Amino acid sequence: MNFVGSINDAIRIALKTDDTAVVFGEDVAFGGVFRATVGLKEEFGEHRVFNTPLCEQGIAGFAIGYAAMGKTAIAEIQFADYIFPAFDQIVNEAAKYRYRSGGQFNVGNLVFRTPCGAVGHGGLYHSQSPEAYFAHTPGLKVVMPSSPSEAKGLLLASIRDNNPIIFFEPKCLYRAAVEEVPTGDYTLPLGVANVVKEGKDITLVGWGAQIHVVKKAAALAEEAGISCEVIDLRTILPWDVDTIANSVLKTGRLIVSHEAPQTGGFAGEIATTIQKECFLSLEAPIERVCGYDTPFPLAFEKQYVPDQFKIFEAIKRTVNF
Amino acid sequence: MARLQSFDDVFYNAQRQGRVSFYMQHAGEEAAIVGSAAALEPSDVIFSQYREAGALFWRGFTVQQAADQCASNEDDLGKGRQMPVHYGSAEHNFQTISSPLATQIPQAAGAAYALKLTPNNKSVVLCYFGEGAASEGDFHAGMNFAATTQSPCIFFCRNNGYAISTPTKDQYRGDGIISRAAGYGMCAIRVDGNDIFAVHRATQEARKIALTENKPVFIEVMSYRRGHHSTSDDSTRYRSVNEINEWIDLCPVRRLRRYMEDREWWNNDLETALREEERREVMKALESAEKKNYPPPSELFTDVYDVLPPHLEKQQKELQEHMAKYPDHLPHLDIKF
Repeated sequence: MNFVGSINDAIRIALKTDDTAVVFGEDVAFGGVFRATVGLKEEFGEHRVFNTPLCEQGIAGFAIGYAAMGKTAIAEIQFADYIFPAFDQIVNEAAKYRYRSGGQFNVGNLVFRTPCGAVGHGGLYHSQSPEAYFAHTPGLKVVMPSSPSEAKGLLLASIRDNNPIIFFEPKCLYRAAVEEVPTGDYTLPLGVANVVKEGKDITLVGWGAQIHVVKKAAALAEEAGISCEVIDLRTILPWDVDTIANSVLKTGRLIVSHEAPQTGGFAGEIATTIQKECFLSLEAPIERVCGYDTPFPLAFEKQYVPDQFKIFEAIKRTVNF
Repeated sequence: MARLQSFDDVFYNAQRQGRVSFYMQHAGEEAAIVGSAAALEPSDVIFSQYREAGALFWRGFTVQQAADQCASNEDDLGKGRQMPVHYGSAEHNFQTISSPLATQIPQAAGAAYALKLTPNNKSVVLCYFGEGAASEGDFHAGMNFAATTQSPCIFFCRNNGYAISTPTKDQYRGDGIISRAAGYGMCAIRVDGNDIFAVHRATQEARKIALTENKPVFIEVMSYRRGHHSTSDDSTRYRSVNEINEWIDLCPVRRLRRYMEDREWWNNDLETALREEERREVMKALESAEKKNYPPPSELFTDVYDVLPPHLEKQQKELQEHMAKYPDHLPHLDIKF
């Protein structure tokens, strides 16, 4: 099954197992611009799978109101690049709904699903990875899967988790990523990172599509005799400090890599916490290999992205420090 | 309405005396809110802006509960987290107020959709907001979503003449807010907000339409904000005292009183007794609220998520240790963590 197929499967299971669950957003009814919601309206009806007007702040507000009634809202924002009109509703309302009401009300049964990330030809407004803006918002959870089987389990977990969640789906993986995906109903834990590959010389952390770039860099490093431990963060907020820290206590070296621009990017958060937790174990400064601090360019995408060669260079610098 | 006026009076002055940090009055709009709330069933869901406490009092929220919220004490249902007047009560089906304006409007549409999908639904949503908030993008979003999803939501706009200092001529150039409703395919009515019977009747009718026909309805009530925007405002800086005073005689509560006195349902003695009783209860509530402690500092960290995640457990412990080290320099001296 490919990545988008596993998303479709997860939503189907959610709609089957939760009578209150509804799916909505722009163009959701006919199957979605990425086909994530194909077949769902036919199976569950137009009251549960429907188009909304073209209005992200409306999608977000509507989702919050629906979830505030204790029901499950699976809202789609067509591209993460367009989530910003909904920022006020997400940050000021959804994230704070439980806290500000003294726990009387909450929008725990709310997930915003949104495609993110570089796709080869997206330019400024079809390529963004805005996870850092939301990681700065207490009350939200932020999740980004890296493979079809991860996506299905993490999406089901997110839908059933009792907190509002932004679920980022790396769009370049929708068709390209294919693997065996368990057919049943299963979840993967939120807030827990996944050690994709064990190693002893250096820890490499990434998430989403970038994890595959990191794995390629690790392969280059292996050829050079460097043993890399690769960790897929999976949940960006709250993030699994212990797994990363334990790894760095072992390896003494860390590189964090993400597509999003370097300054203010989430790698900074990880680097700061890990340098404190693992200071005496560090053999070298922690490095970040990220997108440049520019809007996401079209013609220069290949130069812009943190590719495996940039990561490999960082690995060599770190190991030779 | 008398209770609301007593509460307004006592708490406005309490803020001036430094006993509560902030307050917002309802002067001039009592009938608009109580009249509409009285037309609803207890199961109807209310989303509001900030000048609708009358609806909460109507539903049975006590002056003690309101005082506790304003004092941010340990009995505040909101656990002391928000500024005064940001009420919310699950028991009374009144969604907690938030400061950002108009955010409740698309939320009300979503909540109404949830009601629509509930089998044997007998309830509607009523969403309050002011004419200023109706300029926000969320107004457009909420109205459109309620219309396209055909959800049982009553959108109730208090057109009270001012958004802080901004008069309506700087807020819109169309015919009030009601002129927009047709643009969304929504039926609408404009009402004299100071006529409690008119407000009640209109809301009753709107409720019937919303519920039986599963569609949103818009009500615009024309009223006047006689008080300042809040205790942080002095409205004589942007309007004349004469203008304010003109509206004293048009006070909706006085209007109802004259109506009742004409029919000999009411008289001066009853009025005096009522006012004294309400004031006494509010003063009692204020004095009691002031004496209570703040909630314990552990509540700083709870309810961010359903369960405390590891990083918040860590931060909570850090604060606990810090407070133990500096017992005299942080407030809540007597409060256990």
